[in-house]
Order: sequence, then structure tokens, then C-alpha cells
Amino acid sequence: MQLESMYQEIILDHYRNPHGRGLREPFEAEVHHVNPTCGDEVTLRVHLDGETIADVSYEGMGCSISQASVSAMYDLVVGKTVPQALETGEHFVTLMQAKGDPSVAEKLEDELEDAVAFAGVSKYPARIKCALMSWMALKDASARALSVTHPATPDGGNR
Amino acid sequence: MTATASRPGTGTRTPLPLDVEAIRADFPILTRTVRDGKRLVYLDSGATSQKPRSVLDRERWFYEHVNAAPHRGAHQLAEEATAAYEQARAALARFIGAAADEVVFTRNTTEAINLVAYALSNAATAKEEQFRRYAVGQGDEIVVTEMEHHANLVPWQQLCERTGATLRWLGLTDDGRLDLADLDTVVTERTKLVALTQQSNILGTINPVREIADRAHAVGALVLVDGAQSVPHQPVDVADLGADLLTFSGHKMLGPTGIGVLWGRYEVLDALPPFLTGGSMIEVVRMEGSTFMPPPQRFEAGVPMAAQAVGLGAAVEYLEALGMGRVEEHEQALTAYALEQLAEVPGVTVIGPPDTVARGGAVSFTVDRVHPHDVGQVLDDLGIAVRVGHHCAWPVVRRYGVPATTRATFYVHTGYDDVDALVEGVRAAQRFFGVTPEGTA
Repeated sequence: MQLESMYQEIILDHYRNPHGRGLREPFEAEVHHVNPTCGDEVTLRVHLDGETIADVSYEGMGCSISQASVSAMYDLVVGKTVPQALETGEHFVTLMQAKGDPSVAEKLEDELEDAVAFAGVSKYPARIKCALMSWMALKDASARALSVTHPATPDGGNR
Repeated sequence: MTATASRPGTGTRTPLPLDVEAIRADFPILTRTVRDGKRLVYLDSGATSQKPRSVLDRERWFYEHVNAAPHRGAHQLAEEATAAYEQARAALARFIGAAADEVVFTRNTTEAINLVAYALSNAATAKEEQFRRYAVGQGDEIVVTEMEHHANLVPWQQLCERTGATLRWLGLTDDGRLDLADLDTVVTERTKLVALTQQSNILGTINPVREIADRAHAVGALVLVDGAQSVPHQPVDVADLGADLLTFSGHKMLGPTGIGVLWGRYEVLDALPPFLTGGSMIEVVRMEGSTFMPPPQRFEAGVPMAAQAVGLGAAVEYLEALGMGRVEEHEQALTAYALEQLAEVPGVTVIGPPDTVARGGAVSFTVDRVHPHDVGQVLDDLGIAVRVGHHCAWPVVRRYGVPATTRATFYVHTGYDDVDALVEGVRAAQRFFGVTPEGTA
């Protein structure tokens, strides 16, 4: 079976016991993203403290990969600044484009922590979008949240 | 612990009408392996069917021997290409009991339905009196059903937005059938067209087209039947169907991609204005304006998909040689067996009619606590190709309160061994995700 390469134990753990799940207040932005090819959905809120992501809360339905991905993302981005979180997101996209190349995962291990376990997903083109959905939602929500909290100076200004 | 009767391979196997081994030998792709050497168990014919060698050979023959643009030019190749293309049209007409000039080649079902939807809105502004007969406008209604594929829903939503007409629909019962209780209040004198599928691509339900068509005709409405999932799998004769228009796709019935059919009663087609315009559909072109050919040419602008049409001609010959009645019986036997076997698996729920009465071979199901994507992934790992998701029928999965389903579809090369592999694969998915109900491992 090749399945274990995709469904790492860490992924199944996040799926069964998701971290940070549930919609919470306060929040500055809420987005709803769907995967139109399969109907998976996520509603995601971002709460900022200055430039720092103080909380990401979410509800969603979907496959184990999409649900585990949002849980692992929660662990990675809460406490980071928005630019740091978006950079982590870029690393995750790189991992998803690796077509299963283990050297890519090795290089990103420090940046991605648990999320490096999704390396196996990159071998299955049909499932990559499942893993990426929550990261796309985060990018969208954090941009909106920044535009609420920093309306004139989206780069953070001089606070 | 487990009763042996609940294991795959021991259920009710009525002898299959088709010789599965002989048929498999006709499909080159079935000799390949997938996922590290596993036999390909192809249960996704409802999405697209595999192609027998005779279809591939016929397409190759066209390109190697007679390739030219049909209905253009006077050289020998053009004559022979035209003859081959028109023979294919005749073959398709024979297959559904129609006249050849009632068969329009389109790209697929989706394009065929859009052709009609655009013709109905173009009718309102047509300068020719003959094209205004079926014009749709404000106050008119289009009726669909809640079980339609997006291809037989979105074009009608769009038609209504363009014209100011209103979209109405027939709902579904809990066991996956059309709810006809309010047929007479939904289909009324305001209805201009009723569009419905003959066989649901997700539930497998075969709809009582005749009953609905009789009501539609009584109020003067046209009836369009989406035959994408019926024409490949059961005998369909337009003389008995009750429809005015019928659409289907070649690639779902052993033919090539990029070729489909719109059949229409000649009188109806003749009253519709064109959808796409351009070469080979015109009668006379002047700078000030143009007139158009009669059907079917009026609806075939541009150089047609000739090789694909010719390949589809070979596909219907292949199906005719098997006999569509036997194809239907074959799939019925497989469906009965699959429904019985899946019912034995705790945690599996079939979405759609629970038995084979007025039901085709699309078997959709959910597995408790395992998302369809994950079921599909485990099946794929075992070499089993199924469809997962909302199957381009999002309102249907919403109606039954599930996010998505896993769907197996059967065809002429499907055998009981394929169904056994499916059922065993579903159990493997339950084991992998640790949701095996107690006592069945």
C-alpha cells in the first residue's frame, strides 16, 4: 500500500483531533472558501493583535487531508505576524509542488513542523487542492483583517 | 464471527448476459495496470467510458484514409469524408430510432443543451418569423428537476436570467425519486419547456419521462430529455420516449470525446434559430445579412468533429452487436448484486433507490466517518477507479444532507469481480481509517 505515504499518522491525528476548531470571537475578518470540484468548505476567521495573528478559528467539512491541513496550519500560524504566516504559507505551497521529492520536505522541516507530513500529498495532483484550501482562506482572511485594522497603511505603518 | 453470507463473492449472482472476458479483450486500456501493478477496476464509466479497439481503429482509419473537411470541396477525399460523416449520422439516427436529418452533432451533452437554451433566447429577437415560435420571455416558465446534472440546470438558469423567464423545479422524495405530487401545479400553461434527465447520474433513478412529457405536451410545452446516462445504458427509441429533444454524449457510450448529439423532432428543430453561426450553416451570405440552412446543418457551424463522429458510429455498431437490451440487463444484474453487497457493509448508506426498479447502474453511497475523497483514495490505491464528490449535481447531495458521495458506475466490461473489488475496497477504507464497526473486521 502506498497510502501510508499520504496518510501519515500526524495527518490522521490532526483529522481525528483537530486543533483550534470552532468559530470564535473577536475577529476582524471571516472568509468562506469552497473547493468547487468536490464541495469541500471552510469558514475561517482571523483575529489580529497589531500585526500578529492572535487567533485563527474555523469550521469546515471535507476530507481528512483538508481538515488535517487547517488544523496543522492553526498550530503554525497563531502567534506569527501576518507576513511570517504568509511566508510559511509559501513554503507549504512549495511543498505541495514537490511531486513527492523528499529533499524538498527535508529543507522545509523547520519552517513547516507537523505540516511537513503533507509531503506525500504532493504525489497526488487531485488532492493538493484539498491541502491548500485552508492556506488560501488564511491568505484571503488575513489580507482583509489587515485592511480593517490598518486601513491606510496595509504594510503596518509605524505603529 | 462474521456470517460468510455477508462476505463479497457469495451473494446473488444471476448469470450475466454479456461475456465479460471477451468484451474486456476488446478494450486495450483494460490490459494496463495501475498503482504498482494492480489490475485496473474501472468503475467510472458514468464520467467517461473506455473505448473498444474498433472505435480507435475507425478514427485512425478516417485520418489515415479519407481525412478532409466534410461538406466542403469537390475532391475525392472531401467526398469520402462527407460520406463517412453522414454514415455516422445515419448510424446514430438508427440507434435511437430517428431520421438522419433530426440528428445534430454537437461537442457533447452540455453543448447540445446550451444550443437549445440559446436558441430559445435568440428566438425572441429573430428577424425571421419562423424562428420566433418557441421564444421565451417574461412570464414564461422553464421547469427542471432537483436531480439534474449542472449541465441541465445552469443553462436554464442562465436562459431565465437573459429572458426574464422563471425557473421552477420538481423536487425529490427521500428514496431518490422525482416527487410528482405537484406535477400539475409546477407544469402549467406558463411552462415553455420541461428539461429533465432520463437517468440520474448520481442516484441512478430512471424517471417516468412519458408521464411528465404527457403533462408538458398537454400545456403546450416542449420536453428536453438529458440522455447522457440513459442512451449509453438502455434501449432508447425517440418514437416511444415522449421527448421533443434528446441530448447525449459520445464519450460516455464507448465513443470518442468531443462528440455528442442533439436529437429533435424535425418540426421543432426547424423552428429554432441557430446558436453558433459561421461556415457551412448558411444558405446565402451578403454583407447586409444571411440566411441559414435547414436542420441539421443549421446547427453545425464550422468544420465538424468528423473523425470523432465516425468513431462514435463505430461505438454504436459495437453496442448494437451486443444488444442494448442485454446491456441493460447486464447492468441490472450488477446493480442488484452491488446494492445487496453494499447493504451488508455496516456504515454504508446508498443514496438513491434501494432496489433495481426503474434504476440504472449508478450506485452512490456514503461511508460513516470516512469522507468520500478518502474512500476514493483507498480504492485508487487498490486499482479501483470511482468518482467522488458532488458529481456535478450539487443540489442532489445537498438534498440528501451529505457533502459528497462515492459513486461506482458499471458498463459492458464490468463483472462481478469488479463489484467484489469495490465492496472489499470499501471495507479496506473502513479498516484504514479505523472505523470498522465491531465484529465485521
